[in-house]
Amino acid sequence: MTIGLGHYLAVAAILFTLGILGIFLNRKNIIVILMSIELILLAVNINMVAFSTFLGDIVGQVFALLVLTVAAAEAAIGLAVLVVYFRNRGSIAVEDVNLMKG
Amino acid sequence: MILPALFFYLFASVCVASAVMVIASRNPVHSVLFLILAFVNASGLFVLMGAEFLAMLLIVVYVGAVAVLFLFVIMMLDVDFTQLREGFIQYLPFGLVIGAIFLAELLLVAGGWVMNPNVTKSITAAIPTNVSNTEALGLVLYTKYIHYFQLAGMVLLVAMIGAIVLTLRHKVKVRRQDINVQNARNPELAMEVRKVATGQGLQDADAGSWVK
Repeated sequence: MTIGLGHYLAVAAILFTLGILGIFLNRKNIIVILMSIELILLAVNINMVAFSTFLGDIVGQVFALLVLTVAAAEAAIGLAVLVVYFRNRGSIAVEDVNLMKG
Repeated sequence: MILPALFFYLFASVCVASAVMVIASRNPVHSVLFLILAFVNASGLFVLMGAEFLAMLLIVVYVGAVAVLFLFVIMMLDVDFTQLREGFIQYLPFGLVIGAIFLAELLLVAGGWVMNPNVTKSITAAIPTNVSNTEALGLVLYTKYIHYFQLAGMVLLVAMIGAIVLTLRHKVKVRRQDINVQNARNPELAMEVRKVATGQGLQDADAGSWVK
């Protein structure tokens, strides 16, 4: 009962799918959509680290670090846009976001 | 030998279960808390794989910063979240079909792949066996991948400036310190010497202009 690369890839695949599913199911709640994107990026990170450790190549972990950075930046910017949008509109309804086109 | 497998299944199952709760929970605050649980368990998986530094980073960055940011925003916005949930059932069949197809594809890929035997010969930076994971990561991150590292720093800087610029707002009613006006003020502008008639004092009309 040894845990191989395939086990970690399966967990990452399930997490990725759940992230996609979250985007589809919570079409109106942009906060949960952002959380689903975080889940997707976490799945990508698990993939990268799994390949990195099982191949014995540390570059995958360096890239996972970059994905982590981009995920943090994306969350910060996304939430900032959300706060500004809420200030302007008084709601966070995703359907009305195209009003921002001006 | 059985213990790592046991912990793998523990971390993996809790991680997947909390990911399900993230997207299915009614209250977004609960979603964030389940997101934190998912990240903690994913960092447990990282520890099992031997990437200790990334595991700790995941806890510090995600649990310590990103999840708390989400929590702040959710609690700051006064939104009726039950209204945002309508359509969940409506989208459920469609989402489930898409998700099932996607998961089947991914699992087929994950179950049916074969490693190219040449791939072990083309390793860019092998993990050294005699140092810890953190040290091994630092050895390549600050030498071979220093530009990626600096690029990551720039991304964070741009994100920080962007978030500040987006959310900053100047209220008109707030009196702010204006250094130029303060420096341009001299005794002639600041005060006025009046001759006051004896016994009459300063008249109201005069007082108004004097105060101004």
